[in-house]
Amino acid sequence: MSMRLFAAVLVTMAGTAGPALAQMADMPGTMHDHAAPVSSPDEEASPPPIPADHAADAIFDPAIMARARKATIHDAGGMPFSMLLIDQAEWRPGTGKNPQGYAWNVKGWWGGDVNRLAIESEGEGLAGEKAERAEIQVGWLHALDPWFNVRAGVRQDLGWGPHRTHAALTIEGITPYWFDVEGSLFISNKGEVTARLEGSYDQRITQRLILQPRAELDFSAQDMPELRTGAGLGRAELGLRLRYEIAREFAPYVGVNWETRGGRSARLMRASGDDPTALRALAGIRLWF
Amino acid sequence: MPEQSPKARPRLSPLRLDRRTLLAGLGASLGGAFPAWAQGGAHGAMMGAAPSNQAPGVLSGERIELAIGHTPVRINGRMGHAVTANGTMPGPLIRLREGQDVCLSVRNTLGEDTSVHWHGLLVPFQFDGVPGISFPGIAPGQTFDYRFPVRQAGTYWYHSHSGMQEAMGLLGPIVIDPAGPEPQPYDREHVIMLSDWSPVHPHVLLKRLKQMGGYHNFQKQTLAGLLAGRDQPLSERLAWGRMRMDPTDISDVTGSAYTFLINGHDTDANWTGLFTPGERVRLRFINASAMTHFNVRLPGLPMRVIQADGQDVEPVETDEFQIAIAETYDVIVCPAKAEPVAIIAEALDRSGLCRATLAPQAGMVAPLVPLRKRPLLTMRDMGMDMSGMDMGGMGMEGGTLDLSAPSDAPPSGHAHHGAMTMKMRDKSLAAPAIRMGPGVATIAPAPIDRLADRPTGLEQVDHRVLTYADLRALVPSEDRRAPTRHLDLHLTANMERYMWGFDGAKLSENPDPISFRHGERVRVTLINDTMMPHPIHLHGHFFELVNGAGDKAPRKHTVNVLPGGKVRFDLTASALGDWAFHCHVLLHMHTGMFRVVTVRAGENAA
Repeated sequence: MSMRLFAAVLVTMAGTAGPALAQMADMPGTMHDHAAPVSSPDEEASPPPIPADHAADAIFDPAIMARARKATIHDAGGMPFSMLLIDQAEWRPGTGKNPQGYAWNVKGWWGGDVNRLAIESEGEGLAGEKAERAEIQVGWLHALDPWFNVRAGVRQDLGWGPHRTHAALTIEGITPYWFDVEGSLFISNKGEVTARLEGSYDQRITQRLILQPRAELDFSAQDMPELRTGAGLGRAELGLRLRYEIAREFAPYVGVNWETRGGRSARLMRASGDDPTALRALAGIRLWF
Repeated sequence: MPEQSPKARPRLSPLRLDRRTLLAGLGASLGGAFPAWAQGGAHGAMMGAAPSNQAPGVLSGERIELAIGHTPVRINGRMGHAVTANGTMPGPLIRLREGQDVCLSVRNTLGEDTSVHWHGLLVPFQFDGVPGISFPGIAPGQTFDYRFPVRQAGTYWYHSHSGMQEAMGLLGPIVIDPAGPEPQPYDREHVIMLSDWSPVHPHVLLKRLKQMGGYHNFQKQTLAGLLAGRDQPLSERLAWGRMRMDPTDISDVTGSAYTFLINGHDTDANWTGLFTPGERVRLRFINASAMTHFNVRLPGLPMRVIQADGQDVEPVETDEFQIAIAETYDVIVCPAKAEPVAIIAEALDRSGLCRATLAPQAGMVAPLVPLRKRPLLTMRDMGMDMSGMDMGGMGMEGGTLDLSAPSDAPPSGHAHHGAMTMKMRDKSLAAPAIRMGPGVATIAPAPIDRLADRPTGLEQVDHRVLTYADLRALVPSEDRRAPTRHLDLHLTANMERYMWGFDGAKLSENPDPISFRHGERVRVTLINDTMMPHPIHLHGHFFELVNGAGDKAPRKHTVNVLPGGKVRFDLTASALGDWAFHCHVLLHMHTGMFRVVTVRAGENAA
C-alpha cells in the first residue's frame, strides 16, 4: 500500500510533538472521535497565519498567475447580470364613458448582487393619444439585507401637464408571506413632497396560471392644482391580473383595473370634467429579457 | 481481454429492433459519436484485463493525449454545442495502474482558455488543473503536460475547471487498477457516468436563476394542489410563507431544462451494457452532473457497495443510494437471469430520470419505472427539528450522538409547530465569522449531524437506502492522531438573490484563504445553513468522515452536507500548495461558494 507508506512519511514529516497515536478503545456504537477527542479549548492549536504568497507563483510566471487568479475570483460570485422586465404592457378596451387606452410598467437592472443600476418606467394613456401619465426613473439599487433593496435616483415626469423632475428614494423587497412591496418618497424640483406605496402578490393557481392582485397608492403632502392632485391620497389603483406563463419570460394576461382618487384629488378631477373613478377590463403581455 | 471494440452501432437482435433503438444507432452518425466504453451494447472490461492502447476510447500507458475542442451533439432530438475531450461526450476512459507514472498532455483547440482537473487524484498542486490556483490555465493553441505518479486505485473522473465547460460536456471517467489484488473480485465492469445536459448555455441558465430563483421549478405548491389536498396543509404553507421559504425548492435547474444522461445517452437512446447471467458485474457510478444529484437503483437487484469516492469500503448491501454531484460509488451486482435490468438514475427533485439497461444481449430494453412524487423539505432541513436528538434508534451518550443504529424512522417534519416560533435568521445564533449581509438569508437554529439520515426524498421508501453512517473503510486510516484544532465553516445562501458562499462571503469578495500547516490534523465541521444539499469538494486530499466508524472512518474527497445538517471530518493537511475548495453544484460555485485552501510547511506549533 503506497498510500500507507506515504501517510507514514507524512506523519513523520509533520513532526508534531507527541502525537496521540494511542488507539482509543472503541466503544461500539458510540459516536466517538477518531482517536482521543480534540483537546480542551485551552490546548487547542491556533490556526496558522494566512500565507502572503501564492504557491503557483513559484512555478509559473507570477504576472500570468495574477491575471488568472483575478479571473477565477471574479467568476465565483462577481459576474454582473441584468434583467429587463416588462411587467405590464396592456390594452384597456373602452367601456361607456371610459375610452379605450393603454398602460405599461417596466423595470430593469444591471449589475452585481449588491449594487445595480436600475431603471423603471410606468404610465398610461388613451388610444391614439400621447400618454396622460408617464414617468421614467433611473437610479442606483443597493441590497440592504437578504430581502430588501434601497433605490436612490431621479424621476422625470413626461405625461400630461407640467413635467416635474424629482429626487426619488425607494425601499423595495419581499415581506414575509411573499408579498412584493415598494415604498417611494419623491421631492420635486418645485419642492413638492409626494409618496407612493405599491404591493402585489403572485398566487399560483397551477404551475403556470398565476393570479396577481396589485395595489398602488399615491400620496401628496400638498395641493398641486396644476397636476389635478390634492393633499392626502391621490391616485389609488387596484388591479387583478390572471397570467399564463407559456414560458417564465412570456405570459399573456387578462384582468381588471379599478382606479379612483382621494377626496381632494377627486374634486379637482371633477372640476375639470373627468370622472375620478374608472373600472376597466384589460389584456396584455408580461415578458422579460 | 481488453475492452472489446464493438462495431460503430450496437448489434441489434432483429426480434427486438425498435424505431428508437434504430434512431439511436443512426444518431451516432449525426454528431453523437461515443467513445467505445460509452457506446450502446458495450461489453465492458473483464477484471484483470490488460488495458491496451488499441482499445478505442480507452487511454492508458505513460503518455496520454487529450485534445479539447468543440463538437456539435444531438441529444433528445435537439442539436447542441458541446466542449469535448477527443471529440466525444463523455470523453475517453483514462485507465491507469497504481504505481505508474503518467503524463497527461492536454491540447487546447478552443478559442478560449481551458483546463482539466483530475477529480479525486492526489497530485502535486501545479498539476491539479484549477486556473488561477494551481496553474494559469491552458490558453488557446497551447498544450499543457500534467505529470504525476499514480498513488492510488479506484474510480475517479476528470472535468474542466474553466468557465462552465464542465456543464458543456468536458468530462470523462478515470479508472485506476490497484497494484495488488482487487479486494472485491468481479468478472466484468462497466463505467456508469451520470450527467445532465441542456442545449441552453449554462451561463444563460445562471442568468435565469439570478432573475428569478425559482425559474426552473415547475413543481411548486399551488392553490389547485391545496384544494386537492396535496402537499402541505394551509397552516404549514403559511408558516413556511412567513419565513419566505419554499419547501419545493429541491433543485435549481430541473428536468424542465435538462435531459439526464447515462454514458451520454438519454432514456430513449437506452445505453446498454452487456453481461452474462451469473457474472459479478462491477458498476462504477460517477455523478458528473453540473447541477443534479441522482437517486440510483436497479429495480429488483440489490447492490453491494464496495467503494466510495474511489476508496475501498467494507461491502455493504443496499437497494438504492443517492449520489451527490462529483461523488463516485462502485457497486457489484449479480444478475442471475438472462433478462434486461434497468439502471435508473432519478433526479433528486423527481423532475426527470434516465434509464439505461444491463442486458445479456444488445437491443434489449429494460422497463422504465414511473417517476416518484417529488419530496418536500421539512423542519429538519431548516435545522429546526428539535426532535432530532431523541428519534428512534438515536440516543445521547456522553454528549455525543449515537449513530450506531441508523434511524429508519422518517424524520417527523410536520409535528413541531412549536419550533416554528424560532427565527430563521437569528443573528445571535450566527457564528462571529459569518458576514451577515444580503447573501445570508437563513441561519439554521439547531443544525444536527445527519450522517445517519437517509438523504432527501428517500426517507420513507420501503427498501434499503445507503447513508453515510453505513460506510466503513476497508483498511483503517493510517493517521490516527487526534486533531489539534477545530475549524467550523458555514455554508450560507440567499436563494432568492441566488448568492452562495462560505461564512456569508463569496470568493469574489476576496475572503482570506483557509490555511493549514503541512501535516497538521484538523477537525473540520461543515454546517449547512441553507435549504439545499451541498457536495463540498476539497482538492488534493481525502478526509475521514466522523461517522461513528472509528478507525474505519470512510475517506472521501466530496461530502454531501444535507440541509440543516452538519458534517464533521478529520483532515490531515498532507499536500503542500494551494487548493480549490468548493461546492460542486456548478452554479453554486460560480456564484461564490468557493474558497482557496493553503497548506504550508514550517511554523509548526507543538
